[in-house]
This record gives sequence, C-alpha cells and structure tokens, in this order.
Amino acid sequence: MEALDGNAIGGLLLDVFGTELTTATGVCAHCGAAGVLAELVVYTRAPGTVVRCRSCASVLMVLVEVRGITCVDLSGLERLTV
Amino acid sequence: MARAAVRGRLSWRIATVDAVVDETARVRTLVLDVPDWPGHKAGQHLDVRLTAEDGYRAERSYSIASAPGEPVAITVERLDDGEVSPYLTGELRAGDELELRGPVGGYFVWEPRHGGPLLLVAGGSGIVPLRAILREHSRSGSEVPVRLLYSSRSFADVIYRAELDAPAAGVEVAQTLTRAQPDGWTGYARRVDAALLGEVAWPAGENPLAFVCGPTSFVETVAGGLVELGYPPARVKTERFGATGGR
Repeated sequence: MEALDGNAIGGLLLDVFGTELTTATGVCAHCGAAGVLAELVVYTRAPGTVVRCRSCASVLMVLVEVRGITCVDLSGLERLTV
Repeated sequence: MARAAVRGRLSWRIATVDAVVDETARVRTLVLDVPDWPGHKAGQHLDVRLTAEDGYRAERSYSIASAPGEPVAITVERLDDGEVSPYLTGELRAGDELELRGPVGGYFVWEPRHGGPLLLVAGGSGIVPLRAILREHSRSGSEVPVRLLYSSRSFADVIYRAELDAPAAGVEVAQTLTRAQPDGWTGYARRVDAALLGEVAWPAGENPLAFVCGPTSFVETVAGGLVELGYPPARVKTERFGATGGR
C-alpha cells in the first residue's frame, strides 16, 4: 500500500480536534524527530488511519472510527505543538 | 445524537454541481455552488462524501482547482477501480447535489505574501492545486516570477492544456511527456529527475519557494532532487497523491 502524507487527513484532523492541524509540529517519541504533520507518512487504507514518523517509521498516531466515534491513539507522539 | 454531540465541528455541506468541464478523457472539472462557503486559499482541498443507499460511506479528498474568490471547483481523475471517482467523473451532472466539507489544509498553501520566486512541480493530476496557485498569482497581480514544470504521460493526458499554453505574464511553463510525444513536440520527453530539475528550477541562491504535488514516488524524487540542488527542505512543500488517486 502506498503511503500518502498528512495533507490527506487534514479534514479528519480538523473534524476530530476542531482545529487545522496539518501545520502543527509533532515530535516522535521514539527517535525525537520533529515534523510538520503535513509531511508525515500516512496510510489511510490500514484498519483506520496510521501516521508514521518520516525518520524512523514509528507509529505516531492511529485514528479509528467505530460507530461514529473516532478513537485516537497519540502515544507515539512525545509532543504535538499547534 | 451522541455522535452529533462529539463530532461535526467541520460540517458537511450540500453543494450543487453548476457545470461540468471535460479536461481529458479521464479527467473532469466540477464547478460547484457551495452555500455559505467560507472561502479558501490556493492549494487547499476539500473532502467529498458519497453515501450509498445501504448507508455505506466513502470519503475522498480533492484539491480545489480554483483561486480564492472564484467559484469552488475540483478536478477529478477517473480511476477505474475507484469507489468515488467513477461517479464524480461519469455520472454526476449539472444540477446534482454533492456532500462536501472544507476547505481543508494550511500547509500546501500559497498566498501572495509568501513571495517567491515560485517553483511549481506537478506530476499528473498533481497539477490541480498548482493551477489554483497559478490563478491566484494572476488574480492577485503578483509580480513573483513563477516556473511550472509539469509531467504527464502523453499529450492527451495534459490537464488544463489551453490554460497552460497561454501562461500569464511572469509565468514560465515547461512540460515533459514521459511515455509518448506527438510529432513536433518541443518540450521535454523524459522523467523528472535531479538533472531535469537542474535545467528548469530556480537556482537555490534565489531563495525560491517550491510546491511539489503528484504521486508519492514522483514527489519523493522531486523533493529529494531539489534538496540536492540546495533547496532547504522547509522551502519545499509537498503533497502526495496515492496511486489510487484518493488522498
């Protein structure tokens, strides 16, 4: 499956967080690399949406929608600066 | 009800298709009438949602093809195994309704105040958000010099051909056709790589601002090539389309 980038999930992030997040900076909890969300590696056809670090490929965010509720796992992020 | 309480901060709107423009055999522009559209910036996109009779929903993200202040338009490439694009490019007619939300995105965006010189590099339907930037450049009367490098498979695959053949003042357009070229073709006839970028791109010393949009592998090649030429990564904005067309 081909990777996209964070631009692809701008609408989803805006819907879940209520603010434009593709310009926010995320810091990888594994390798410490900082990246603008728009530049992160995104898989939209996984079960749910998976966001990975462009430096070390660690999973940073997972968003899964179940019956209208979006479950968000941000444990791979050390920091998210809007 | 619970869903409405926790979601819906970015609301879906019902748009009406105003006009349909065939760009190529596989690509169509939909001009939309969107009630209460808050306005957009060049380079932003919007999400389209289709709902089947059984309730199944499919969402896709499409770049906005028009400049701020122009009617909202999206340009869609038909993917034969797609869930959404065959409907948008084949069945939708003027007067039909479409559910969408947006505008979305703040990263792959150009406003006149961002300056330049601008380097726009597009692969295939990656031209769409760059066309919005070109139109905004023209509408705003920007004097920032622009170079566009646009890669298509063949002449018949070139989107916005007439518009690109008559660029506005200050805009240079270079095109390459990677698979087939018509007789008399004077553009490039090879894939975009560091060498081609070296011929077309502004020298890094002019502090250019680059926007690169296309299939993922194309974007990786171009972004890497520009960094090799000395462009700082922060001056190279990228947006990747999947091979599947959805973003």
